This record gives sequence, structure tokens and C-alpha cells, in this order.
Amino acid sequence: MITYAAIAAKRRWTARSGRLPERARRGYDRSSMPTPAASTALFPHRHLLGIAGLSPAEISHLLAAAEDAVALNRQVEKKRATLRGRTQINLFFENSTRTQSSFEIAGKRLGADVMNMSVGNSSMKKGETVLDTAATLNAMRPDVIVVRHHAAGAVALLAQKVDCSVVNAGDGAHEHPTQALLDALTIKRAKGGIHGLVVAICGDVLHSRVARSNILLLNALGAEVRVIAPSTLLPVGIERMGVKVFRTMREGLAGADVVMMLRLQLERMNGSFVPSVKEYFAHFGLDAAKLAYAAPDAVVMHPGPMNRGVEIASEVADGPRSLIRDQVEMGVAVRMAVLETLAQHLPDA
Amino acid sequence: MQPPADRPTLYVNARLVCPASGRDEIGSLLVDDGVIAEVGAKVAPSARAETIDCRGHVLAPGLVDLGAFVGEPGAEHRETIEAASRAAAAGGVTTIVARPDTTPPVDAPEIVDYLMRRARDTASVRFHPMAALTKGLAGHEMTEIGLLLEAGAVAFTDGPRSIASARVMRRAMAYGRDFGALICHHAEDAELSAGGAMNEGEFASRLGLPGRPTAAEAIVIERDVRLAALTGARYHASLVTCAESLDVVRRAKAAGSPVTCGASVAHLTLNENDVGEYRTFFKLAPPLRHEDDRRALVQALADGLIDVVCSAHDPQDVETKRRPFAEADDGAIGLETMLPAALRLVHSGDVTLHRLLAAMSTRPAEMLGLPGGALKAGAPADLVLFDLEAPWVLDAATLKSKSKNTPYDEARLQGRVLRTVVAGRPVYPYG
Repeated sequence: MITYAAIAAKRRWTARSGRLPERARRGYDRSSMPTPAASTALFPHRHLLGIAGLSPAEISHLLAAAEDAVALNRQVEKKRATLRGRTQINLFFENSTRTQSSFEIAGKRLGADVMNMSVGNSSMKKGETVLDTAATLNAMRPDVIVVRHHAAGAVALLAQKVDCSVVNAGDGAHEHPTQALLDALTIKRAKGGIHGLVVAICGDVLHSRVARSNILLLNALGAEVRVIAPSTLLPVGIERMGVKVFRTMREGLAGADVVMMLRLQLERMNGSFVPSVKEYFAHFGLDAAKLAYAAPDAVVMHPGPMNRGVEIASEVADGPRSLIRDQVEMGVAVRMAVLETLAQHLPDA
Repeated sequence: MQPPADRPTLYVNARLVCPASGRDEIGSLLVDDGVIAEVGAKVAPSARAETIDCRGHVLAPGLVDLGAFVGEPGAEHRETIEAASRAAAAGGVTTIVARPDTTPPVDAPEIVDYLMRRARDTASVRFHPMAALTKGLAGHEMTEIGLLLEAGAVAFTDGPRSIASARVMRRAMAYGRDFGALICHHAEDAELSAGGAMNEGEFASRLGLPGRPTAAEAIVIERDVRLAALTGARYHASLVTCAESLDVVRRAKAAGSPVTCGASVAHLTLNENDVGEYRTFFKLAPPLRHEDDRRALVQALADGLIDVVCSAHDPQDVETKRRPFAEADDGAIGLETMLPAALRLVHSGDVTLHRLLAAMSTRPAEMLGLPGGALKAGAPADLVLFDLEAPWVLDAATLKSKSKNTPYDEARLQGRVLRTVVAGRPVYPYG
């Protein structure tokens, strides 16, 4: 079955675009997968709250486990029983259809019972605090809670009060670790590795947890990270976080191997942070002309959901160098890897 | 406050430290009828007096804390005058000067009167209210400065609110000047720091928290010192936290403007890194700053540029602190820890004991027109006796305030209050 999966994976990749043959050739080797006992030593954390605090080896460990899940996800029989009997709660204080479904599919494929809880229909609206919600959910004895919250640090706060594992699915402008991991996996599979690549992160870095987690992870794995944005969308002190700062796409994209676009929220487009959509797209929107500044084989990424015509043109988003749909696929795999790895720390595991 | 003790007390073998006179010697101090009767190396023993051996520990003027929040009226769940005064006594503070941002705010003479009667009945240390500078703390119309002064208000401030309008500020200062009113201002441009949760900079960026820039403070202080020069009003920047603001104050003082400034013990001893992983007990307004700014504050205190060191006592109940960082309330308690925490600066050799005690007693007393802040015959016998060297670890649960939001929980401190005396009567330790 394993061999079959590898062959199937290879066939599908090569059949689709001719990309990534060497990665697919490397294929899927069960022997490289850690055993549960080894895994707790390789990843000695109960929660995944951020990329900060993870060693390069721990990051690589998660990525390796995710490669395994990619192959599984391409089989007809996608289920594993690693999390059978476990309860996973997706607690989303901020709406996100994409991330929530990705975590839900990941949990279900591993055999967990997954429950989604959105703030819209919870008592948080009646003034209950994050910690009360945490205590309530904790009493229901879940094994994993996946949390998204609009305030930086809220997920870590919640993690202090529960007995189960907690996965940060995005906290304010702080971190979104599974997004950075899925981005890294996507890059790794497209480019064969991460070390030495030039990655340009473009757009609203100020409000972006995706940018922060990616900066940390890509630096840990030895990439050269650049950020490109107008000064109003850059956090103070960003240059001390291990990035080169550029204010124009022409300079910032020069020779880049990976172009990572960020979403610009609607309310920030008209006069508050940038003068207009028109001006933003003209200077910072990624179209074919700007992409031409990057390396000839540069790939394009976006965490989604995209604002077409604001930060990215359709010709690029849907073009041959776009990895945007691959990112979604890698998302499920990475989240499976994360859930599975954390499950090794659960009692009786 | 209790009436003066009827029997004289003689403190012998004390290290008398008086920042007002510069005195630092081993000697005795005789208290009679609530005032200091005699002080010096040679005070004749009195058979009538109760004698207390200070064993060489420091006997200094009791601290005068400018700008504590005491919860009354309206926030008695956070603090009461009674609890705050017990905390003050345990911290060597003999005079509390209270912030007016209560509910309702202290913007009318009858509320001043209410507070003074409450304090008379429940406080164990001296208590003076500050009054609001604008009605309802709204920043639009000035309060009845003359009547409030007559009722007993000792200074004017809108508490933690900054007055946005330069026109309102100018009028209030010009009017207040005629009464010799001291105008204290929490200087921070609310627009520029809107939504900010901590000091703007690399650390906030890493935590993904919106920042409050130091410029928001310096801009307002710059405006205010120009208005002080224009109006001649006595202006006090309540809490300066950064080098930029200190530069503004330094220039204003050099130009002869009637300007003073204060700093909190927290800003002098902690920095933004103490926030760590979103620790809300370190969320203050203005926020804890970069270490460079803290160093600048310490230097300015040593140089005498900073007039007042205060506790910035701001009790918050647990519910408003047990939230995600950006949503938690600002503020930390400080009355009980202000002396031991500030003594870190003395032990590190950055600030002399005289200089620190002057900023915590002599200078604020002078500015407020209160007696005290000196060890001299005829002055009120408001005293603190403390062991300068005693090491100890703070346990927040033992603090006297109704709220326990201290940033110094489990902190290693050196220097401990042994006895606090108000008007000749010991108010700490109790009984």
C-alpha cells in the first residue's frame, strides 16, 4: 500500500504539470518515519503555539511527518486510526472556513471525533471570557483543542488552563504556525529544499501572523527572507527580526525564488494604511510584469483567501508558477502531522 | 487618621536620613504631640518618653505618594481608602495623594468633602484628594478650580486621561495659575497610541501586539511645557517614561518654566521585556519601555531632573487582567512595594538614598504645599523606619491592597519597612 501510494503520488504530480519529479521520486519511505516513542523525544512539546521556540530539527520533524500524510491523502483510503477515540475541538473565535475545514478534515482522516465551535453560536458573545470557555471545554475532556482568536497571546493563555494539547490556528497578529509549516512544505516540495532560497513576503506584514510565523520558520531553515511593503504596513523593528526590508517590488523581488503574497484586509485599503486599492495594486499588487523581477523559476504563494486585483492579479494567481492550490493540499497534510505528533504526548498514547 | 499619641516617643540609635537637610548620621529623634520635637546626634533622653531602639536602621521622612488610585467612590471592589492606607502604611507611605478618576469623578467640591470625611473615618495614613481638571474628565470644560482648592484638593489632573485639546489645556492652566494650582497631566496622545497594548518596538512586533510609541508622550509634554511657559502655570508631567520626554522637560527647566516631572517605580525598575509571554500584570499605561529608556529615567532621577517618584498605584481585579493581553486593563498596584522596589536603584549604585527619598517625600510635599518630607523640629512626625539591607521575596498574597496585581510577585527585594509612623503614632506594623 505504501509503495502504491508513492507511485500514485509520483504519477499524479508528474501527470499534472511535470513539476517536482525529483521530489516525487524520493517518494514515500515508511522507514524514515519516527516511531511514537522516538517522536516524543523529537518533538518534546505538548502544544503547538508558535514557530518561536521550535528548533530547526523539530520543524524538520513535522515536515517529514507531513510528507507522509501527503501520500496518505492521495490514496482512495485516506483514513488512519492514530487518533481513534480522541476528541478534537476546533474553537474559532474568528471565522475562517478554510482553516477550520482543513483542521476538521485532518482530524477526521486520523480518526478523531471532531467538533467545531464557532464564536457566533457560543456564549463568548454573552461576555464569557476566554478562560471560562477554556475551563468549560476542558471539563468535556477533549484531547486536542485547535484555537483561533483575534487577540495575540489568547491561545497561549488558554493553553495554560487546559489539560489537553492546544494548536494555535492563528492568534491576532502573533503567529499562525501551521500556515508557516504548510508554506514550508510547499516550498520544499517545489524547490527541493529551503536553505539558501530567497523568499520575498509582500504586503500587509504589520497585521499578519502568517508573515511572523513564516519569518521565524524560514530563518530557522536557512532561507534569506525579505519583506516588501509600504512603511505603513510594516511593524516597527521588523529589520531586527532577521529580514531585509524593501519598499518597492522591483528591488525586493529581484532574484527571489519564492514570492509570498499577503492578504490586505478591506478596511485597510482606503486611506487608512494605503491610499486606495488602485494605488496599492499599482505599486504592490503582483502581476506578470512585477513577477518578471523575480528569478525565472520563481514560484508564487498566497495564504488565501485572495483579493484578486488588490494584492494579486488573476493571471499570476492562476498561472503556471502559482502554488496556491498546492498550499491548500499541504495544509491538510501538515495539520495531520501536527495532530498526530502532539497526540504522542497524550496520556495512554 | 487617629489623633496624635499622648506619650512622647524617642527613637534612638537610628540612622537619620533627611533628604531635605542632607542629614545622614546616627542619632535620635524625639516625637511629642504628633510632631518632631528634637532630632540629632545628641537628644537628651527623656524619662517620660517611650524609647525605641532603631538598631542603626534608617529613619526617614514618611513617603508622600503623588497619584494613587484608591477606588472610592465607585470602585470599592478594586480598592478602598482603608485598604489602600493599610498598603501605604506597610510600604512606608504616610501620605496618599489620590487620583480623581473615580465613579463619579472628583470634579465637584462636595465629592472632595466626601472623600476627606471617608479618609478621616477609615484611613490610617494621611490622605489628600486631587481633583479633576475638566468636568467629568471629559477634557472639554475646566472644573471649579478655586472652590475645589478651598474644599481641600491639592492638585488637578484628569488621571489617566490625556487632554487632547491644546485650547482646553491652555485655558485650564491659565485659570489655574491664578490660584497657584498644581496641574498634573498624564501625557500621551490618545490618537497616536490608540489601540496600542505595549511599547512600540521590536518586542511588540514579535508578540504581534499593537504598539504605543514614545513620541505619543513626548509630543504632548512638548505642547504642555510650551503652554506652561505661555501661562505661567505650575505643570507636572505625572509619568515620564522615555528619554525623549526627559529631553523636553530638561529644556523646559533650563528655560526656567515652572515644570516638574515624575516617574513610577515600575518604569524605573522594569522594562518592556518583563511583559514576556503576554503577562498582563506588566501591562501599564504608559507602557513599560525599552531598557534604554529605563536607563535614561534612572540617570535623570540621579541627576535630579525627575522630581517625583511615585507608586502609580492602580489596583485591578483579576477579571480585568485574566484576559488576552490587548484586552486586559492597564495598571499595577505599587503602594506597598514602592520603597523596596525602588531601593534596587540604590543597591545598584545608580541613585543615592538621599536622592531617592527626596523624590519620594521632600519634593512631592513641597510641590503640594504639604508639611512633611523632612526630619526637623516642628515637622509632622510622619516617619518610616526601614532595614536598608534585609533581603526578602515578595508574596503577592500577603499584600494589603484589595487587588493583587503586582508586577513584583516572587521578586527578590532588598530593604524592608520595619515601622511606619503617622503623626507620631505607629500605623505599621499593626498592634
